[in-house]
Amino acid sequence: MPTSPLDQQGVPSHWTHRHLLDLERLTADEIRTLLDTATLFKEATDGCRGKLAVLSGKTIVTLFFENSTRTKTSFALAARRLGADVVDFSASSSSLSKGESFIDTAKNLEAMGIDAVVVRHVTPGTPHLLAQHLSVGVINAGDGPHEHPTQGLLDIFSIRERLGDLAGVTVGLVGDIAHSRTARSNIWGLMKLGARVIVCGPPTLVSERWREIGIEVSHDLDAIVPRCDVLNLLRIQFERQNTRPFPSVREYAHLYAMTRERLRRAKKDLLILAPGPINRGVEVSAEVADCPQSLILGQVANGLAVRMAVLWLTCGPRRPGDGPRTTGAPTALHAGAA
Amino acid sequence: MATLLIRSGRVVDPVQGIDRIDDVLVRDGQIVSIGHPGGQPLGRADETIDAEGLVVAPGLVDMHVHLREPGREEDETIETGTQAALAGGFTSVACIPNTEPPIDTQAAVEFIHQKAARADTCNVFVVACVSRNREGKELAEIGQLVEAGAVAFSDDGAPVYDAELMRRAFEYCRMFDKPILAHEEVLELSRGGVMHEGLVSLVLGLTGMPAAAEEVMIGRDIALADVTGGRLHAMHVSTAGGVALIREAKKRGSRVTAEACPHHFTLTDESLRGFDSNCKMSPPLRTQADVEAIIEGLVDGTIDCIATDHAPHAREKKMLELDRAPFGILGLETAVGLSVTRLVATGRMGWPRLIEAMSTLPARILGINRGTLRPGAVADITLIDPNLSWRVDAGTFRSKSVNSPFHGWTLQGRAVATIVGGRVKYRLG
Repeated sequence: MPTSPLDQQGVPSHWTHRHLLDLERLTADEIRTLLDTATLFKEATDGCRGKLAVLSGKTIVTLFFENSTRTKTSFALAARRLGADVVDFSASSSSLSKGESFIDTAKNLEAMGIDAVVVRHVTPGTPHLLAQHLSVGVINAGDGPHEHPTQGLLDIFSIRERLGDLAGVTVGLVGDIAHSRTARSNIWGLMKLGARVIVCGPPTLVSERWREIGIEVSHDLDAIVPRCDVLNLLRIQFERQNTRPFPSVREYAHLYAMTRERLRRAKKDLLILAPGPINRGVEVSAEVADCPQSLILGQVANGLAVRMAVLWLTCGPRRPGDGPRTTGAPTALHAGAA
Repeated sequence: MATLLIRSGRVVDPVQGIDRIDDVLVRDGQIVSIGHPGGQPLGRADETIDAEGLVVAPGLVDMHVHLREPGREEDETIETGTQAALAGGFTSVACIPNTEPPIDTQAAVEFIHQKAARADTCNVFVVACVSRNREGKELAEIGQLVEAGAVAFSDDGAPVYDAELMRRAFEYCRMFDKPILAHEEVLELSRGGVMHEGLVSLVLGLTGMPAAAEEVMIGRDIALADVTGGRLHAMHVSTAGGVALIREAKKRGSRVTAEACPHHFTLTDESLRGFDSNCKMSPPLRTQADVEAIIEGLVDGTIDCIATDHAPHAREKKMLELDRAPFGILGLETAVGLSVTRLVATGRMGWPRLIEAMSTLPARILGINRGTLRPGAVADITLIDPNLSWRVDAGTFRSKSVNSPFHGWTLQGRAVATIVGGRVKYRLG
């Protein structure tokens, strides 16, 4: 196994969180720490192919209440590359079908002596709720449409690898912003690092209210394409929609699919990301998905680096003298005079 | 002849226009007099309460309480819910019929009355269903329910969805002069929602319930009340738009009344940032602008009264993912504290208006013989310490449930004695 400066250093003192619940509540410095650590791991593992032992003896549980193949595999692989044991606990085989609450399920796992839970759930805030009830680390692998912090981080990591500093970079997030956890994690991460964010799609999927947090809202992809340095094409989440937010897939693709024609009007070095699984012909045409500007497969590889960084920072050994990690979990309403 | 003398309190009775330091004499469960008629000393009473520094008010009336019995006794019972009412200063509650089974027969009304009599706590007035089995398909036997003692009609928990049925209900209730208490919500607009639709729901990725869902239905029901001459009482108004619609309707002379809940003039949708299911209720917590509009509506009388929408849920039901946890929070034991803290201590309203909103007007809307300290009236009296600062501890609630977002809060103002029919049913400490 390759040795790494990571083996001796321990987790940097300025990283104090036991959980990774969302990017909204992280500072720019904390996000940089995550990204820098991911870079270290990518290098120390020879592009995420080698193994380290920095989490040996630790047990990570992937607790997925929603179907996932790529994210769960990525987390499991990342944990194993760092020497941790991984246990998968999938909801279908669990006692949840017997009526046990998910908090009790998680407490049961905790009692078996684990170190962190990687959780995916259809309901926003579920990882936050677990963090309030468990003493082990909780890593959010996607909570409904709320956040998917490691996906946001790996998108930003991929952009940073190509463009360096994100300050002043214009990033267009195109598509189903309303139902996209990836969009929300990207928005917070990008904003904190100084990028300009444009969200683009039909008004039924892109709320005007996004302006209130200081990002740009557009319903016209053709108008924003020439200004963007990066386009992140988000999947239409048909499964989360009450009523269809546009008349037909054909019309949606006509207005918002990234096609070769639109690519022609873009900056030459435009980067294209898609968190996938992509619907070819809906968000992106096949030839654009496979064009040289596309980072789509590179993103998947970088996911390992980011998830290694997250696991190590939240579960890895602290340096001697550093205090325990904070919970970082949101509390109930702050007590006080009304 | 049992006599009770309440000495030297600040007696507030909006019906008689009284707000002065005085004594209140009670004999055999009735108010005898306020002050000393003809300057005669009252002589000795069997029991005397020193009310110096306290507000002496007609017993508080909460016209929107879910007692959960029959059917959901794990959340609350008539016994525990009315104990909670007494501890909160309420001498009367109106219980909402979304029980299992719903209160839509004379037998069911009689069951509530018997359970309440057995509990021997506060007065329980029965609100019965508008529609049979609360299904929204055909009218319940409203005339027979009135005979059994139902004071108002409501399918609360859900709106009366069929506009034609709602119209018929307004028309039919007219002959009994009974109000329809309406849960105002267009369900398609709030489907799957767990909180107010706004910036916070957008950022949290939670499905929103837009203000329009309430406003559209209030608009419909005002139009139906106007066309039928029926009496609409809009429950738990939560939106600025709803307040404006009711204000306009009242100006036109519509027979419309309205209530607001303490949580809707205290908390906003920002409270959901902690994903706390104790902040999940329907209608949801709205924005600061809505909170302001509710308070204004209460101050100018557009919103007649304060009601709690006391909605107990057993702890395990609230310890779930936000979308699986049920809507609703406790209200009875924090209502006085929140109202005094938010409305009186801030100078937004005086004591006479608060007592009007918590006693006189809910009694008048329900048509019950309560809400005043007039000589001859039933001696339901609440003594409130207006300055008492206290810490909310859900663990000490008399309610069977603990689902309050106000646990740990420090509030000003608390009921210290609750007197029902001349008998002291609750004393603090």
